Amino acid sequence: MQDGAAQSGAKPQPLPEKVSVTLTVNGTERRFSVLPWVSLLDALRDHLDLTGTKKGCDHGQCGACTVLVDGRRINSCLTLAVMRDGAHVTTIEGLAANGALDPLQQAFIDHDAFQCGYCTPGQICSGVGLIAEGRAKSADEIREFMSGNICRCGAYPNIVAAIQQAMGTKP
Amino acid sequence: MSMLNNTAKTYTGTATSRVDGRAKVTGAAKYAGDFNAGGLAYGAVVEATIARGRIAQIDISAARRVPGVIDVITHENRPKVADSDEAWRDDVAPEEGSPFRPLYDDAIKFNQQPIALVVAEEWEIARYAASFVRVDYEKQPFVTDVYRKRDDAIVVEKPDRPRGDAAKAFAAAEVRHEADYFIPTEHHNPMELFATTAMWEAGGPLTVYDKTQGVRNVQQYLCSVFEKKPEEIRVLSPYVGGAFGAGLRPQYQVVLAVMAALKLQRSMRLVLTRQQMYGLGYRPATIERLALGARRDGTLDTITHEAVGVTSQFEEFSRNDTGWSALLYASPNARYEHRVAPLDVPTSCDMRAPGAATGVYALESAMDELAVALKMDPVELRLRCYSDRDQNEDLPYTSKRLRECYREGAAAFGWDKRKVEPRSMRDGKSLVGWGMASGVWEALQMPTAVRIVMTANGHAEVSCAASDIGTGTYTIMAQVAADSLGIPIENVTVHLADSTLPRAPVEGGSWMAASACHAVIATAGEVRKELLRLAKLMKGSPLADAVEEDVTLSDGKLVGRRQTERGVSISDIMRHGALERIEKEKTNEFAEDKAHARNTHSAVFAEVKVDEELGVIRVTRVVSAVAAGRVLNPKTGRSQVMGAVVGGIGMALHEETIYDHGLGRIMNANIAEYHVPVNADIHDIEVIFVDEPDALINPLGIKGLGEIGIVGVAAAVANAVYHATGVRVRDLPITLDKVLAGRQAA
Repeated sequence: MQDGAAQSGAKPQPLPEKVSVTLTVNGTERRFSVLPWVSLLDALRDHLDLTGTKKGCDHGQCGACTVLVDGRRINSCLTLAVMRDGAHVTTIEGLAANGALDPLQQAFIDHDAFQCGYCTPGQICSGVGLIAEGRAKSADEIREFMSGNICRCGAYPNIVAAIQQAMGTKP
Repeated sequence: MSMLNNTAKTYTGTATSRVDGRAKVTGAAKYAGDFNAGGLAYGAVVEATIARGRIAQIDISAARRVPGVIDVITHENRPKVADSDEAWRDDVAPEEGSPFRPLYDDAIKFNQQPIALVVAEEWEIARYAASFVRVDYEKQPFVTDVYRKRDDAIVVEKPDRPRGDAAKAFAAAEVRHEADYFIPTEHHNPMELFATTAMWEAGGPLTVYDKTQGVRNVQQYLCSVFEKKPEEIRVLSPYVGGAFGAGLRPQYQVVLAVMAALKLQRSMRLVLTRQQMYGLGYRPATIERLALGARRDGTLDTITHEAVGVTSQFEEFSRNDTGWSALLYASPNARYEHRVAPLDVPTSCDMRAPGAATGVYALESAMDELAVALKMDPVELRLRCYSDRDQNEDLPYTSKRLRECYREGAAAFGWDKRKVEPRSMRDGKSLVGWGMASGVWEALQMPTAVRIVMTANGHAEVSCAASDIGTGTYTIMAQVAADSLGIPIENVTVHLADSTLPRAPVEGGSWMAASACHAVIATAGEVRKELLRLAKLMKGSPLADAVEEDVTLSDGKLVGRRQTERGVSISDIMRHGALERIEKEKTNEFAEDKAHARNTHSAVFAEVKVDEELGVIRVTRVVSAVAAGRVLNPKTGRSQVMGAVVGGIGMALHEETIYDHGLGRIMNANIAEYHVPVNADIHDIEVIFVDEPDALINPLGIKGLGEIGIVGVAAAVANAVYHATGVRVRDLPITLDKVLAGRQAA
């Protein structure tokens, strides 16, 4: 990308105006101003100090940045904060209610469904979204519908077991 | 046994959930790029787009004009840094060569080399401005293809000794197998991006949160490069989002972040992009040549193993690919040669089971081909060649239960139902293949120190500079500390990965479990000694005549080893001594033993199903039977091996860094086109820990689990693909096009 701009002889443009955005994040209304090119992921991490949501690729390839927007799981790196004005966002920090873990968070601990823990917030948000979708019945379906979340430590079988536990379908 | 001893819980060896689990499932665990601060500046790296040459001109004026840009640092305006190779050589650097120095001069040594750092008020602004840095290069010829350097690669001295006359024995052998195997360049791709947050504070030390497997290594390196005193730089990595070897050496982002923070006197964050991480180290592409000669009865006469691996033009990195062939199987004749091919690329580096993941893939593929030539069961062949001694050193092992790995793994897998002929097993439209391989790694232990602070309320703080890269170090240290201090695990807090804490080696090589846990034991022993000294001073002390060897800590009390009812509670002892805390620090000590070899072993069994028309390969089942001494935590230990199996499946079927050798540039530098296993790729994985008591290796009998799980997996899968299809693919990854091409050729 840097080459493209350099070779085309493009000149720096003035920065655009900051835009005011209001999000309800984990139940709390947050109003902030960001440049329009700021992704939802970077807004959460750099502007709202919610660093539980991770950046693994910034290209929607790895799923580490998965959050729930209006109840649906999305890659927060592939959406701009300004596009989500007014939305309800749930991040990993918002899943435990009054200190009580979400059943899937507890299931991840029970089944050791992580090692380094970096993909874990995205895995759990994705799993919560998947359970809400109600379309995964078998282990094969869970595997398929969780394949947007890469775990390089290779905890996949434990992740499937944890989701099954939270779904109440198996151990 | 007294009631007391029966009720005291033992943690070591039991399936214990991670003590850092809650932090990791709630988003509270902070990784290097997660530390926020007011006034944080953000960096973006500009990379070279040629493989070799020099920067003729670099124009940063347009980038500087972008509003919000604070600075643009290049080799022309950088602050002073150390100018000797010695100063830039970190603990894990190869002995030979000249370590890479980012932004040092105008020389371009590899594509994606950092050539400028843009610093701005916001990350997006830095990135935008980086697109306006203009560079003119003087290009020079380059080579990035290991095959072009195969014939003039440089021989590297390894400890393997030749035996007999391998070539003569090969010529005379009753059954021969000879082939080349190839492992492409692979990138670690930990999920966490390489990141550094450097917190600048006037008059204070620079606090550096870095993605690293060794805070002490990074701290010493930074002090050396920036000519600082040890107290001026502190490095921390409380949580590390995977590394797999990529974080053993300090990476360039830590140099650039610290350089900018010191220059601008500002806190600074630099996070590399996924693409930029392909400009760091990698598992070297390696050509392996195996020549095996055997008798009809399946005993080996001769092994020849030659390897040619990639390194850079400026450092000589290699691990011992051939050494595993040297030690594993009985063979009177043997010859080994390891060479490196210097290319115009970054220096290769350690990646999970370096040397073994590659070398054993080749050896175990070749053994499978030999079994086919002998018309012999592959497990039976391994048993015919079994050796109870390290063949290279001619030493017995502290323990070696590889036979049991074969037996228990085969039984769990159902190996006895395997039909010998390739293409003989089916499941509907799929061909079914069963393959197996052996695995071997070394069991190392390193000097490590631990501090324990025991407080009168029965809590203990355990501190060590070691990193937990997801391996479970926090948890196993808490388990061992709880047991050796006789307190519940909830009362133990483990602090890791801070360069101000007691020294530890980098977390790698599978040595951390043995090293750190024995340091815990040693330090807990000092705490116990101090408690005994104080207990003896108590009036009417039931331990008045006890000596050190007689007492132990159990259930919050210092008690007699044999008479556990004879004891005093820790809090009573400390209250009586008017002590709020006992603080001890000690380094582990291991008895020198040059009379034994120390290794872990495994037997891996894999089932693949291959779509006969499309060639699509699925690994439907893996059984990994591991003999690795005492397993401290079967829960996290199983995860380690299972994850390594997933890595091995990636190595076998998915992973390949693809170069355009005409451009000297990686073409799939992202995590969509560099394929790693996803959830749908992984099916049943069974991990078996073979009971392997080892009283010789160290007091707890620990051997380490980090690497052994990946060794042999790629070969087991490759051998299963052959068994399913009759096609032998010898260059990884085994993709469907190679299988289909093999069918057409047959």
